[in-house]
Amino acid sequence: MDVLQLLVSGLANGCVYGLIALGFVLIYKATEAVNFAQGDFMMFGAFVTLGLTNAQYIGLPFWLAAPIAIGIMALLGYLLDFFILRHLFGQSQVAIVILTIALGFVIRFIAGAIWGHLPVTLESPLALGDIWVGGVVLGLADVAVIVVTVMLTYFLYVFFQKTKIGLAMQAASQNQMAAYYMGIPVRRVQGLVWGLSGAVAAVAGILFASKGAIDPNAGLLGIKAFAAAVIGGFGSLPGALAGGLIVGVIEPFASRYMAAGYSQIAPYALLLFVLVFRPHGLFSQVRTKKV
Amino acid sequence: MRIQFKTSYAHDIRLFADRWTFGVYAVLLIIAFALPFILGVFYLGEVTNVLIWAIAGLGLMLLTGQTGQASLGHAAFLAVGAYSGAILMESGVPFILAFPAAGIITGVVGTLIAIPAIRMHGVYLAIATIALSILADDIIVLTEHWTGGVSGKFFMPVELFGFEIDRWGTPFKFYYLVLVVAIICTLFYRNLLRSPLGRAMAAVRDSEVSATAMGVHIAYTKAIAFGVSCAITGLAGVLMGMFAGIINNETFSIVISISLLMMIVIGGLGSIHGAFFGAIVIAFLPQAISITTKASGLTVAIPGLEQAIFATILVLFILFEPMGIYGRWMKIRIWFELFPFARKDMFRRQKSYLKTERLR
Repeated sequence: MDVLQLLVSGLANGCVYGLIALGFVLIYKATEAVNFAQGDFMMFGAFVTLGLTNAQYIGLPFWLAAPIAIGIMALLGYLLDFFILRHLFGQSQVAIVILTIALGFVIRFIAGAIWGHLPVTLESPLALGDIWVGGVVLGLADVAVIVVTVMLTYFLYVFFQKTKIGLAMQAASQNQMAAYYMGIPVRRVQGLVWGLSGAVAAVAGILFASKGAIDPNAGLLGIKAFAAAVIGGFGSLPGALAGGLIVGVIEPFASRYMAAGYSQIAPYALLLFVLVFRPHGLFSQVRTKKV
Repeated sequence: MRIQFKTSYAHDIRLFADRWTFGVYAVLLIIAFALPFILGVFYLGEVTNVLIWAIAGLGLMLLTGQTGQASLGHAAFLAVGAYSGAILMESGVPFILAFPAAGIITGVVGTLIAIPAIRMHGVYLAIATIALSILADDIIVLTEHWTGGVSGKFFMPVELFGFEIDRWGTPFKFYYLVLVVAIICTLFYRNLLRSPLGRAMAAVRDSEVSATAMGVHIAYTKAIAFGVSCAITGLAGVLMGMFAGIINNETFSIVISISLLMMIVIGGLGSIHGAFFGAIVIAFLPQAISITTKASGLTVAIPGLEQAIFATILVLFILFEPMGIYGRWMKIRIWFELFPFARKDMFRRQKSYLKTERLR
């Protein structure tokens, strides 16, 4: 039972990592850039929902507030692309990496200035309590997290593989100039995917906040999500989820069965291990180009 | 308007382009050496801090600006340098040996880490080095036996050529020590750029495919760049430890790594000047903020404000002046040098299109 319990809580945590990783992968798939501020997006999305829902702020009902928050975050992602990232068009990836790290600092500061630095809880209907299933305590929030994540991943996977705009996004990342020749509005496509990833971040934020308290530094969770995205192989949506689940499951088991001090390094050690032996992740998308 | 008519390759790679440039740097050097007689102890400490950051920046600049490998883990190498320096000095090794030894140890560690790391590039390397930076914190705690863990390690005053150098007791001597190290590192960096290895690094940065075609060994060049970069950073780590007096697992956090990378971007990637300009910004920004907040009557410290302002400056630079402060400085200088013949579109960036890295 012990193992099962750890597994369930690990899976729920892993889903949140997986959702943040989905945000990275979306942007990477469509623009070949990595958004190092994705964790802070998630945190901001959670705080926007909290600001709309909690009684001390606006006090809207949750089921109304959540779509509004998702919409706000999608708009924010789009505007961020429109005002900032679009001007970096064609610049090196390193510039975008540094830029998004800097944006993360700014977002964290703004969230801290508006909602304070103390941990707060979202008045979420998902945080109803626990149910017992065959000796295992299942948090309802955990169940919700797992269900929503799996659905969202499937939806995004179909979106990228089957729809016209999803394919356009992939084409835009593989070769911008060729995509232009094919009549793909590359800039608009990139703006859309930033918006989409903002929305995914908001969903991740809402689910994360339903599981416990949040504070502006929750965005640092993004680093674990990196581990997830890398382990899954950047650029693969199911890979991101799988990576998130692996990291999420490893954590509780490491802290249960390993000596204190060694347990928290387990996800990062795994990340380095994967990078050294399978540098492009478990679901690799890299092929060597012939010159 | 100065005209350089270069007649040979040796002329092209001269250390100083002409007498005037040499004169400018000579004056700068004289001012730097006269500084302790001009400034008070407080500001001298600040300048020392700038120089230490600049040395660390030079180290990262070699890797990121020159070889094109973004590292977000250089705080880990600062830590390796600082701890190995402290441990060596504690076990009785004189400073003159312990200081370069700390640099060499860091360089060796860096090269060992580089061997798997050079297979990655771009984003993957950035993520791997982030992981490294986080792991460094935990590893320092785990190896408490050597590093002192959370309670940290102290730096005692050191003796060099019969002078006792103490950051608090004799700040002037400490300033001169840092200044000399900074000058040596700068000269080393400048000479490295003039050597075949430096050119190979630039070739790797600009295009790995073309570099291979020209006979540059990519993995070897990257590994050497990693090693030398880490060695310089390690030296800066020792100086940083001496400047702080005490180091523990939280001294060299990931924020330091990020600040270091942001610093060289603000200063101007790929230039020696950039490391120094960036160091000036990062060292004086906290002072400027505290002066401004005091002047505006705010008494409460706002958490994260400093980083947010620093980050905003960085965003503005990347958007409007990707070459950093040094790039702006070059443009202003060239405008005056060519006056009145400077044209508006002289520095226009060529439009480039991104291609996937998944196919390479």
